[in-house]
Amino acid sequence: MYTQALNTAETEDRGLEDAARAAQFQARIDAEERIEPNDWMPAAYRKTLTRQISQHAHSEIVGMLPEGNWITRAPTLRRKAALLAKVQDECGHGLYLYAAAETLGTSREELVDAMLAGKAKYSSIFNYPTLTWADIGTIGWLVDGAAIMNQIPLCRCSYGPYARAMIRVCKEESFHQRQGYEIMLTLCRGSDEQKAMAQDALNRWWWPVLMMFGPPDATSQHSDTSTKWKIKRFSNDELRQKFVDATVPQAQYLGLTIPDPGMTQDADGHWRYSEIDWTEFKQVLAGNGPCNRDRLAARRRAHDEGAWVREAAASYAAKRARRQTAQAAE
Amino acid sequence: MLVANIQVAETPLVLYVLRRADDALILGHRLSEWCGHAPMLEEDMALSNIALDLIGQARELYTYAAKAEGKDNDEDKLAYLRDIRQYRNLLLVEQPNGDFAQTLVRQFFYSAFADLYWRAMMASRDTTLAAIAAKSEKESAYHLRHASEWIIRLGDGTDESHRRAQAAIDHLWAFTGEMFAVDDGERALIHAGVAIDPGVLRGRWLQMLSDVVSEATLTLPQNDWMHQGGRAGRHSEHLGHLLSELQSMQRTFPGQTW
Repeated sequence: MYTQALNTAETEDRGLEDAARAAQFQARIDAEERIEPNDWMPAAYRKTLTRQISQHAHSEIVGMLPEGNWITRAPTLRRKAALLAKVQDECGHGLYLYAAAETLGTSREELVDAMLAGKAKYSSIFNYPTLTWADIGTIGWLVDGAAIMNQIPLCRCSYGPYARAMIRVCKEESFHQRQGYEIMLTLCRGSDEQKAMAQDALNRWWWPVLMMFGPPDATSQHSDTSTKWKIKRFSNDELRQKFVDATVPQAQYLGLTIPDPGMTQDADGHWRYSEIDWTEFKQVLAGNGPCNRDRLAARRRAHDEGAWVREAAASYAAKRARRQTAQAAE
Repeated sequence: MLVANIQVAETPLVLYVLRRADDALILGHRLSEWCGHAPMLEEDMALSNIALDLIGQARELYTYAAKAEGKDNDEDKLAYLRDIRQYRNLLLVEQPNGDFAQTLVRQFFYSAFADLYWRAMMASRDTTLAAIAAKSEKESAYHLRHASEWIIRLGDGTDESHRRAQAAIDHLWAFTGEMFAVDDGERALIHAGVAIDPGVLRGRWLQMLSDVVSEATLTLPQNDWMHQGGRAGRHSEHLGHLLSELQSMQRTFPGQTW
């Protein structure tokens, strides 16, 4: 069930941020102390984290859809069970993250409503379709691989509840990533048709996955303050490069070709990728990706069609509470 | 390209195990259809959990059926390469999810039976079935608790949820009789102590149902007429669509390793 709305953010906006408190807060961050829910924090810190954690939660929930698309068609019973368990894990991450976001004073209901209204973002990657079984392997290998790259540093994020959530989430994501890679390995050791399926999936997902790390450092809006507050510890481009360097040898081991003919390895061993098409990224963020409308429509449908169930549960809980009160009074 | 259906030598034991495996797989598959679309995230988790338990039970039962048959079939061949007329599940479990009330009533009817059934099967003389029963009983007890709680919430919730829950009960009731039916092959297994007689569970099953349904301010239908046929491969039209989705990869790409 959704929790009650807590209206703490509003009061803080009204100017409690005196310079002394802000300096004290920054000193704690600089000393690598964790900020906890009841500690004083600047309104902008609260707002940034609420945005980031809730976007992360929305991504987990919307991310259930492209993979869920294959649960009923998984090719073996073992794969079916593993995929279902994986998508269930993503749902668990979503719940966990909404709970972390709620510690900052906004209810899950409000956060979800913002997403359903199209006002809150989720990861652009989930606006791409899963067309073949190889997409399930590729999502595990690359999308979860990229997510881990982003999230490992978040385990040391200055905000305690988010950092602790990330430790657990990262453990499960790394399991998912190995599972995805193992699907790819099985395909690449299979028939020509299966190997072609794997290559096709890599071709379609490679560039969107690189975009998951966000805009290039030169244009990123949030990085400066997030870095100062130790929410973000590496830049978008640094993380993207780390991911590419880790992934190229994995692709080589699979016998797959990264769809970037211009890619070269420099003297330091880094794999230098070609220019990313940021127009595509902006279009997907603007709602014009291949699945944006379908994803939101699916979440809205689940929410709307489930309304009577949530109302029933709330009504029953209220009746039960009244009965218990009446009994206690007798 | 289509792959020919496998042939299964349905000895009484093989058939008996296949029937229970098909129940678990088809119901697990149906529940997995909710994943990502449930009324609340907690139910995405819970329905997936139940689906995972059931798919796990199906895998153990298929593996045992293949072993009992002693040919070169395995869990995946049994699940993916039999057509609708070879499937042996109860008509109840193949019924579409419908709304949340229909899904939970279907689960409630099945789990109330499965809980009693697996508990009784723990005494089977067949040690594999007894071991599967011991694990399945624990899972079924949790499924039953979850479904019962929802029947009460929906029945005693709002007017709308009450109406939907009652409609689901009325609709699905005629699919429950099949759970207690026994044919000659099964009778021999019961006699040998391998299987249990489901007929003896009916009284307790009805009592469990009545308790929950009356707490939920709902009623059980008086109608005793029951559908039959699933155990002999005479299914509703719904199963064909489920199987074409479930089996699409194995049928499209025959003989590959995944």
